Amino acid sequence: MAGEPLLHVTDLRVEFAVFGGALKVLDGIHLDVGRGEKVGLVGETGCGKTTTMKAILRVLPSSARISSGEILFQGRPVLGMNARELSRLRGRGISMIFQDPTAALNPVFTVGEQLQAVIRHASAAAGTPLSARAAREAAVSSLREVALADPERLLGSYPVQLSGGMRQRVCIGMALATGPALLVADEPGTSLDVTIQDQILRLLQALVSERGASVILITHTLGVVRQMTDRVYVMYAGSIVETARTPELFARPAHPYTQGLLQTVPRLTGGGIATGIPGRIPDYLDPPDGCRFHPRCPHAMDVCRQRKPPAFRIGDGHLAACFLYQAGHGS
Amino acid sequence: MNDEILTVVDLKKHFVVRASRGARAARRDRGDGANGTHVTVKAVDGVSFGVREGETLGLVGESGSGKSTVAYTTVGMYRPTSGAIFFRGRPLFEAGRRRPLDLRKAIQIVFQDPGSSLNPRHTVGDILTMPLRVHQRGKNRVEQVLRLLDLVDLPAEYMYKYPNTLSGGEKQIVGIARALASDPALVILDEPTSALDVSVQAKTITLLLRLQKELGLSYLFITHDLSLMRNTASRVAIMYLGRICEVADTVDFFAHPLHPYTQMLLSSIPVISEAEASLKPGKVVSAGEIPSPVDVPSGCSFRTRCPFAMEVCARMDPVMADAGSAPGHQVRCHLFPQPGRRTEGGAS
Repeated sequence: MAGEPLLHVTDLRVEFAVFGGALKVLDGIHLDVGRGEKVGLVGETGCGKTTTMKAILRVLPSSARISSGEILFQGRPVLGMNARELSRLRGRGISMIFQDPTAALNPVFTVGEQLQAVIRHASAAAGTPLSARAAREAAVSSLREVALADPERLLGSYPVQLSGGMRQRVCIGMALATGPALLVADEPGTSLDVTIQDQILRLLQALVSERGASVILITHTLGVVRQMTDRVYVMYAGSIVETARTPELFARPAHPYTQGLLQTVPRLTGGGIATGIPGRIPDYLDPPDGCRFHPRCPHAMDVCRQRKPPAFRIGDGHLAACFLYQAGHGS
Repeated sequence: MNDEILTVVDLKKHFVVRASRGARAARRDRGDGANGTHVTVKAVDGVSFGVREGETLGLVGESGSGKSTVAYTTVGMYRPTSGAIFFRGRPLFEAGRRRPLDLRKAIQIVFQDPGSSLNPRHTVGDILTMPLRVHQRGKNRVEQVLRLLDLVDLPAEYMYKYPNTLSGGEKQIVGIARALASDPALVILDEPTSALDVSVQAKTITLLLRLQKELGLSYLFITHDLSLMRNTASRVAIMYLGRICEVADTVDFFAHPLHPYTQMLLSSIPVISEAEASLKPGKVVSAGEIPSPVDVPSGCSFRTRCPFAMEVCARMDPVMADAGSAPGHQVRCHLFPQPGRRTEGGAS
């Protein structure tokens, strides 16, 4: 990660207005993505993974408010961008692949219409508008790249005529057609069968490496993170609790939440099922004081109930937001 | 075998559905069934297996493999097209007869999505009282509900809660309590944890395993998750396009996966350690997609995705045969000795 990172997020806080108060969903997120780096963002349902990405893309619903923080993409502040700049950011800068390809594609337009709309919009936003014919050629070549057979015929197909795996390939083709510097993939294989997920992930990996694009992979499946990423951020209840290079995280998980999560994954080698992490994720309307994990933590101390732990350095690029690692690093 | 609690013999369940315009056009182009407006979906097409007393049989397959249809037919939501299912030797389907109450009581199901399998306008108490009224004697329903909640470790006050106030994991635990209300001997678990996060899955599975031990239950565990099966099932059966392609004891199954489809499934699983990665067969990389159960390929239905497909695979459907590696390990593939192969093309 030499030089400035492609994406730099500091102290991002997002609140959702609800009846009776505000849900403090993101509680100070720090995130860096280097150029060409593949980063995983893992955590369970409701931890704020998708909200983080929506904040970065500025596509949060109107009930959400970014209460503090800074987001720099290629050195430029995303939070200060106007509509025109955002439009440019979302095509050539960042593009996204969603979990459910069926919901991501419009059922009443053909694959070709949707793909060409994306390509022409992105090229217009970048100031180099393409002709209809050039957009069609670009659409055909992007379908060919995602290994779909007979792309010319596919342009005239509607999403319902394709299988789930084919739809996700179309979405990947669409996301990469604009040549983004950063690709955000939100659970790209979760709605698919495991053999199809495997094909999609390998395709994604090959295409991204070819282009040298950066990736943020959002998932709750730890195995997918291990296979796909260089570095991992683990999220719990709106905070990053641990980050490390991927092999390091799986070899030496430091935060009690990461440790608990890894223990609950059933292994192919057997060994039975762990009993899980006690308790449940906190209420965002009234989150626990101090460390938000302390009510479920087997190592909770007094300080955990009073103060939110900062990130303590454990090793090279390995940080954990846990007071267990405060001692021994003070010297 | 008489130690089997459930015996499924050559079960077939076909659905006749209206063909879509696209499907009709495609068939017309190919010149088969040109004037048919309906097509037959062979969801389950000749499945035989047994669940032994007290065991967990894992029935594993991807979407469209027919595993849920097997489950729904067993509990009696569908009548089979042909074939038979026996519960401790008694047939579950007799012509023209409804299933006797005691058989319905003995076989229960936990559904995949706890969000849609619980009535949102009923309290947990109402939800648990319903099967008690049908299946249990005694008048003190509140006491019986409390006993059920206690059995699954839910606090007593949960009987007044509505499903929308519960977390996904708690809803599924209510689903489990409901299945247990009739004191069943066999519980069919249809992907009970696939909608849950891993830490909640771990809790739910731990509960299911404890209940199995305490109540002497047998489980038919339907899932797509082989890692989960490694840790819960005593035996595993793999389904593909309405047929079973491999059955084995769990330990043997993971040590020596034989069928090419099994190997493809295993090699596709994302794992979290080197030790697990070394267990995956590297030779069979996932390719192709599962064909539509309307248009099942001739011969072996897996041949369109199989890296080892031979000429014989298109011509002949392999039969289930002992693999010889360990007792009870059976595989349905031409790569392995087929009974009667030598007489092929001969006098018979």
